[in-house]
Amino acid sequence: MRLEVDMSLVDQARSAAESIADSIQPIIDAYTTTSIERTVLRLLWVDGVDENNVPLPNIIVDQAQDAGLLEDGIAYWIGSAMLHTGLTLRETIGALSHGDIIFDRIPGAYDDAVRALVEDEAERTCKYIKERRLERERLILEKDSRVPPYLYVIVATGNIYEDVIQAKAAAKCGADVIAVIRSTGQSLLDYVPYGPTTEGVGGTYATQANFRIMREALDEVGRELGRYIRLVNYCSGLCMPEIAAMGALERLDMMLNDAMYGILFRNINMQRTFVDQHFSRMINAYAGIVINTGEDNYLTTADAYEEAHTVLASQFINEALARRSGLTPRQIGLGHAFEMDPDMTDGFLYELAQAEMARIIFPEAPLKYMPPTKHMTGNIFKGHLMDAMFNLAGAISGQTIQLLGILTEHVHTPHLHDRYLAIEGARYVMNNTRHLRDEITYKKGGIMEKRANEVLRKAASMLEQVAKIGLMSAIEQGMFASIKRERTGGRGLDGVIKKSERYYNPFQALFMKELTSPDFSPLLWGNPANRQGGGAEEWR
Amino acid sequence: MEVDLSRIRPYGDTLDDGYMQLSFTLPVQCDAKAKKAAELLSEKMGLQDVKVVYAHNIADSFSFFIVYGRCIHSVDMTAINIPEVDVEFMSYDEINGFIEKHIGRKVVVVAACTGTDAHTVGIDAIISMKGYRGESGLERYPWFVTYNLGSQVANEDLVAKAIEVNADAILVSQVVTQRNIHIDNLTHLAELVEAEGIRDKVLLVMGGPRISHELAIELGYDAGFGPGTLPSHVGSFIAQALARRIRDSKEQQRGCIHE
Repeated sequence: MRLEVDMSLVDQARSAAESIADSIQPIIDAYTTTSIERTVLRLLWVDGVDENNVPLPNIIVDQAQDAGLLEDGIAYWIGSAMLHTGLTLRETIGALSHGDIIFDRIPGAYDDAVRALVEDEAERTCKYIKERRLERERLILEKDSRVPPYLYVIVATGNIYEDVIQAKAAAKCGADVIAVIRSTGQSLLDYVPYGPTTEGVGGTYATQANFRIMREALDEVGRELGRYIRLVNYCSGLCMPEIAAMGALERLDMMLNDAMYGILFRNINMQRTFVDQHFSRMINAYAGIVINTGEDNYLTTADAYEEAHTVLASQFINEALARRSGLTPRQIGLGHAFEMDPDMTDGFLYELAQAEMARIIFPEAPLKYMPPTKHMTGNIFKGHLMDAMFNLAGAISGQTIQLLGILTEHVHTPHLHDRYLAIEGARYVMNNTRHLRDEITYKKGGIMEKRANEVLRKAASMLEQVAKIGLMSAIEQGMFASIKRERTGGRGLDGVIKKSERYYNPFQALFMKELTSPDFSPLLWGNPANRQGGGAEEWR
Repeated sequence: MEVDLSRIRPYGDTLDDGYMQLSFTLPVQCDAKAKKAAELLSEKMGLQDVKVVYAHNIADSFSFFIVYGRCIHSVDMTAINIPEVDVEFMSYDEINGFIEKHIGRKVVVVAACTGTDAHTVGIDAIISMKGYRGESGLERYPWFVTYNLGSQVANEDLVAKAIEVNADAILVSQVVTQRNIHIDNLTHLAELVEAEGIRDKVLLVMGGPRISHELAIELGYDAGFGPGTLPSHVGSFIAQALARRIRDSKEQQRGCIHE
C-alpha cells in the first residue's frame, strides 16, 4: 500500500495551477523576445560569428530591432528580404550581416508570399529535428534497458575536451546521464558563445560545438558499453529558447528548464522569462527532450522542512506551464531535493514522505531527485553517508532521475574519483534495495502520511492564493523563495517586444501541429524487459 | 599523555605514530606497477610504512588508491601565529545598544556577491531578514541600514553604490573559488576602493566558504569570515571596528589642534 494522499486536494491544487498558467498566457501570446527571434534564425540554420565574435543571430536580430521591425517577427523580414533580392536564405543572411542589405530599405512583402518561402526552410529544420528524435528512439530501443533511477552525474572542468574524458570515465563507472555544468554567469549573457571552449569558471560554456563534441563522445562510449548515455545541459537564462534549439539540433536528451528559476534566482525579468520559457519548452517537446525543473533551488536558502510546500506548489505550476508548451507528462522531470537538516529527528521519514508524495501526485513525471548540498560540510565521510541515505530514499520512492550526491560537495567541483565513489555507492544501495519498494507499506495515519498531507494542504492553499492575485503579483510580493521581483525589473526586459498583427514565427505552428496530435508520444525511456536474459546482470 | 607542541604529528592509535590516510587517482591502468607508483608517491610525500589498502580501476585508464602511512614530519605549533578577527562577539540587542551608544547613528552597509559569482547563499545568510541558523540578518537590526545588491554585481557598481549611500562597510561574498578567481576579483575591489579614495571611510569585509581572515589581511581587507559565520559576528565586528575608527579619527583631530 502506498502512502495515501488526499486526492481531492491534489485536484484542487492542480486546478489552481491551471488558472495560474491561464493568467499569464495572454502575455505569452502577445509578446516575442529578441531571444526567440534569434532562435528562429538558429532554426533557419543561421550560425557563426563575425570578426568580433558576435554571433550572427545577434547581429541580425539587433539590426531588425533597431529598425523597429522585430514586432513582425524576424522570419517575416528575412522572407521579405529574400523576395526583394531574389537571394537564397543563406545569401540573404550573409548580405544582411555584411550590411549589403539594410532592413530599412526592404519593402515588406505579402504575408502569403513570405510564408510560402520560409515555411519550406522551416519544414526542413523540423524534419531534421524529428530525425534526431527518431535516432534517439532507435538507440533507446536498442540499448536502453536500465531500471530507474537513472544515475545522473555532473562534469564541470571548464574545458570541453577534459569534460569528455571525465564523462566517458563516469559512463564506464555506470553513469547513465551526464550533465555538463555551465560556466558561472552564462545565464546572464544575452548571446550564446560560439565554438568549442576550453576556459570556463565553475563549468563549461554551453555552445553548439560543445554540445556536438560531448554528444559524439557519449555515443562513442555508449557503443562500447552497449548502453545509451544521456546528455544534459541548461536551457535557462537569457538565451533559454536558443539553447533549446541547439539541444534539439544536437540530440541532447534532457534540459534544465524551469519556468521561474531565472526570475527568482538570476533576476531575469519575469515577462521575458515567461515568454521565453514557453517557446523553449515547445522546442524541447518537439525534440523529445525531457525537461528538468529546478525546485531544489527553493531549498538552498529556505528550510527544507518549513518550505517543502513551495517546492510542491512550484511543481504544479511548472507542470501546468509545460503542458501548455506541448510537453507530454512523461517529458516533465519535476525537481525536488533531499535537503533536510541531518540533525533533525526523523528527518529521513519526512524526506521519504515527500518523495513518495511527489511520486503519487505526478505519476507519469520522470521525477528528478536532487542530493544534499546545503548541509554538506566538507566532512566527506559524513557526506558520503548522507548521500547513501539520499540514494535509499530515491530507491524506495521510485524516482526516475537520481542526481548523485558527491562526497566532496561544498569543497570543489567533482574530481574523477569523487564521481566514481558516488556511482559505486549509488549502485550498491540501489541494487541492495531493488525490490524494497514493492515490499513496503506505510502506516495509516502515521508520521509520513500526516507529513505528506500537511505539505499538500499547504501547497494547495498557497496555489489558491497565487491564483487569486495572479502569478506576477505573487512573485512581486515574494511568495516564492521569499524573493521579490518586480514586473518591470530584472534583466532582459528591453528584449521583450509586443507582436504586431502580422507577426510570423513558422516554427510555433509547425511544432504545435505535431505536439497536439494524439499520436505524439516520443519514446524517452527504455524497457528493462528488452534486455536479453532479463535484468539481473545490470548491477553486476 | 604528554603532547609536545613543538613537534606535533598525526595521532592514529598512539601518540606520535603519525598515521594518516589519503586517497588519490593516477591516470594509468590499475596494475601492480601502478600500485607501486602509488606507494612510492606516498613515500615521497613523507609517509613511511606505506600500505596501499585499496586500489581500483576506474574506467580502464585511471586507478584510484586509498593509502595509509606514518608521517615522518612534525610541526612546531608554538611558532604558529594566525591573525584572527579582533572582535568581541555580541548579541543582537548588545550590537544595537553598542551602535546607539558609541556611534550614535545608523550604520550603513552595502553587500554583494561580485564578479561572475551567482551564489547569494552567503550574503543572504548575513544580510537577509531570514538570516542563518535562526539568527536574523543585519537587515532586521534597527541600527543597520543595509543594501543587498545580490549576485553577479560588478565591483564598479558595488563601489558606486557605497559612495552613493555613504556606506560605512562593504561586504563582499565569494563562493566560487575555482582557479582562484575570487582572489583576482577581491584584489580588484580593494584597488577600486583605494582608487576612489574611500578606503579610510569604509570597512572592507569579505566572506565565503573558502575565505579566512588571513587571506583578508593579505589582500588589504579589514576582516574575513569563513563558513559558519553568523550575522551577529559580522555585526559585532562592523560596530566595534567602526567605533574604533571614529574614536581614532577624533583623537587624531584633537592631536592636530594641539599642534
